[in-house]
Amino acid sequence: MHLGAVDWSIISLYLVFVLGIGIVAARRNKSGTDFFLAGRAIPAWVCGLAFISANLGAQEVIGMGASGAKYGIATAHFYWIGAIPAMVFIGVFMMPFYYGSKARSVPEYLRLRFDEKTRALNATIFALMTILNSGISMYALAKLIQTLHVFDIPFERMGLPQAWIFHGAILTSALVVLAYIYMGGLRGAIYNEVLQFFLIVAGFAPLVWLGLKQVGGWHGLETSLGPSYTQAWHGMGHAATNRLGVDWFGLSMGLGFVLSFGYWCTDFLVVQRAMAANSMSAARRTPLIAAGVKMFIPFIVILPGLIAIALTSAPDKAGAATHPVAVAGAVQQHDPGVIPIKIDSATGQPMLDARGRPQLDYDLATPNLLLRYFPTGMLGVGLTALLASFMSGMAGNVTAFNTVFTYDIYQAYIRRKAADRHYVLVGRLATFFGIAASVAAAYLASQFNNINDFLQLIMAFVNAPVFATFLLGMFWRRTTGHGAFTGLAAGTATAAIHHGLTLPLDDIVGLKGGWIAVTYTYPSEMAQNFWTAIWAWSTCFIVTILVSLVTRRQPDEALAGLTYSLTPKAPEERGPWYTRPVVLGVIMIVAVVILDIVFR
Amino acid sequence: MIFDVRLPIGLLFLAIGLLVAAVGLTGDPAVFRAHSAGLNIDLVWGGVMAAFGALMLVLAAVHRRHTPPSVDEG
Repeated sequence: MHLGAVDWSIISLYLVFVLGIGIVAARRNKSGTDFFLAGRAIPAWVCGLAFISANLGAQEVIGMGASGAKYGIATAHFYWIGAIPAMVFIGVFMMPFYYGSKARSVPEYLRLRFDEKTRALNATIFALMTILNSGISMYALAKLIQTLHVFDIPFERMGLPQAWIFHGAILTSALVVLAYIYMGGLRGAIYNEVLQFFLIVAGFAPLVWLGLKQVGGWHGLETSLGPSYTQAWHGMGHAATNRLGVDWFGLSMGLGFVLSFGYWCTDFLVVQRAMAANSMSAARRTPLIAAGVKMFIPFIVILPGLIAIALTSAPDKAGAATHPVAVAGAVQQHDPGVIPIKIDSATGQPMLDARGRPQLDYDLATPNLLLRYFPTGMLGVGLTALLASFMSGMAGNVTAFNTVFTYDIYQAYIRRKAADRHYVLVGRLATFFGIAASVAAAYLASQFNNINDFLQLIMAFVNAPVFATFLLGMFWRRTTGHGAFTGLAAGTATAAIHHGLTLPLDDIVGLKGGWIAVTYTYPSEMAQNFWTAIWAWSTCFIVTILVSLVTRRQPDEALAGLTYSLTPKAPEERGPWYTRPVVLGVIMIVAVVILDIVFR
Repeated sequence: MIFDVRLPIGLLFLAIGLLVAAVGLTGDPAVFRAHSAGLNIDLVWGGVMAAFGALMLVLAAVHRRHTPPSVDEG
């Protein structure tokens, strides 16, 4: 499949519009609040869609498709018991403190609530993480575009070697994102994220439609794949009887509580979109509106994976599940279908699993489906959707980075009192250097694949306990700065130790765990991750309480507006019922329970 | 100045939609049979995108008429 003139026109049109929005947004950027917080003037529905879009990066779209092909519809747990409850919680309970405290970032909230060292810890780690994340997803996108071979012919015509497709993809995407954030700041990023959201839906929804049409609808999927793929709660009673390899307790505590609340309720990338809202009420509605849309995202990102696996004759299709699935068509060694066999880039040989069977390259599930179904015209739309998802994810990281760097690192430790204009300049420079560092990280990731895994692991250790700190800080006024800091450190240490003492089944000691001693074997990597998080969270929770009790409490006056019992309750919000956060929250929870029942 | 994000969304979707639908109208039916489960996806989805774009433009226009110029964004 190669790009036609129409496909090129569509991609170019998209790039023109994205830059145009950056230029228009730039005209309204006069102050730091404009650049970093979009003037706190954005309506709730725009913030809500930006909120989803910033979390719908290329890695998410590709990764969720891959998981759909590997684990089936149970992947939707990342949304239905993962993201949605946490998004309802932040909208109903936590947003009043974030928005009401007038903090300009999450680390700044931590300084107001606790102390300088807790802020410094959070800000440094967060800044590093955003750079690495955008670098790694840039690498993934460039690699993918190269693998799809859609640009092979145009590059050949221009006399450029194939390796330049990789460089071209990285440079183009980096420069475009740089341009619209440099000019438009958060406002430019948010408006573009809304546009990108609609493009992502427009690109992936028809893919699901055509795919379902071919496999005979949802019913056809059920017949060809069986319950282990098409029932989200199938065999969740025990880790050995479902495809994820976790039981319901590990799933709901590890993923549903610790990891999801840790991300959706404390990550500045997420919170920043709500902080840009034009009122407290709009800020609280932002994650709730987002939740209402987010719960349906699995149907456009996970279903392509299921369709792809249904169209693939996989040797391990029945996988670890105890329910063997009849596979239509004979097993073919060379062309299994939509999802190809994974090839070791060093040797050029197929990669084999522990039992000597060829592994599938699940990451290509969604992209290959796109190449299969979209003729020229729609191909341009599909590629634009991929590009849009990548840019929205990257812009989310970059805007969060430039704000945290400027306010929580530069203003806090380098130059405390300067004119507002000076900080906007610093923010622009931070955007430039942040993206340059991301590009460097992308090339680093292309050189050493393990560095990537290693860094992700460290970040997981750091992130696991963090929700305990926020929960205690917001809802227990006795929590002290020393308590928070010690708790975070102890939680991170616990995560590392737990990882060092356990190993997933069939894995080798090292990056996967067991580097101290193997005292316990988990049925799957996912189970190990979830339990690492549960241990880290619990340790942080307990240590924070104990240390808080023996350290000097902060005076109540200093905590007004920052913690639950010392914040005056907002008057019952006026306006129609459907704009009230609590009502919206209940509706979202009921809706997600219904989805769980339908796909149980 | 009022900036309404529905305006660029509407324009872009209308442009892309018409472009893709035109490809569907002039394209070779054999391609669609081979590729997209027998459906002229370019024509159908191009039409859907163009209609969505038009709807966004209408919403933006209605919003503009009902909002005094001093009110910010929307």
